[in-house]
Amino acid sequence: MPGFAHDSSIGRRDMLVVTGIGLVLTTAGLGLPRARADLAAMQARLDELAAGRALQAGRIMLDLPEVAENGATVPLAVEIESPMTGDNHVKALYLFAERNPHPEVASFHFTPRSGRAMVATRIRLAESQRVHALAEMSDGSLFTVAREVQVTIGGCGG
Amino acid sequence: MQNVKARIRVPERAKQGEIIEIKTLIAHPMESGERTDEAGSKVPRQIINRFVCTYDGEVVFSADWHPSISANPYLAFTTVATKSGEIVLSWTDDDGSVYLASAHIEVE
Repeated sequence: MPGFAHDSSIGRRDMLVVTGIGLVLTTAGLGLPRARADLAAMQARLDELAAGRALQAGRIMLDLPEVAENGATVPLAVEIESPMTGDNHVKALYLFAERNPHPEVASFHFTPRSGRAMVATRIRLAESQRVHALAEMSDGSLFTVAREVQVTIGGCGG
Repeated sequence: MQNVKARIRVPERAKQGEIIEIKTLIAHPMESGERTDEAGSKVPRQIINRFVCTYDGEVVFSADWHPSISANPYLAFTTVATKSGEIVLSWTDDDGSVYLASAHIEVE
């Protein structure tokens, strides 16, 4: 199982730590088994997308606020370094919010006619967490990055 | 869903080969399926799950959205100005509705 590489991402060890917290809280009657289930779901989806390929650092600029007052609408912008030519371009960008009820946020599909591999949108964050971006290049290589966002008021359930 | 309004911003003209930015905003609640109403029952999910941009009939950019995209989705992206023609944007709702917006671009 490829981890979601490097220090800014979910590796096996982080998963275990988070799982541990989930169990403690559940045992204490606070009932937060969901975060654990969703981390596992996100990792399964990442594994499916990676299909055994290595995840590399770099190339992706993921712009998010360090502190988001309102989790219902958090501005996000991504740009991926690429010449965007026919034989060397970014094919897809996947976004994940690891502690949202549905961690997969969106996927964006670029073409050489995109000119640049950039996108800006607004996302919901249910609580403070890391947001992950995974980019797939036309040669099949994969790049990843993650950013921590502190959320003051969560924005999913409403 | 009725009366869904989309706003798009596309440059009216551009030079051939220029990379232009397209900005879009569509009025839609993006009901996540996670919310409960005052009576305590779950409000069913209804979101826009797909966005496609075609330029002169060819798909140049597309997206798949999940419930974590905010209400009234905003999206900005780029495309290369190739020749004069129509840029058509479409958003597909969970209920099957398709919302369309288009703009003409003049390429010199």
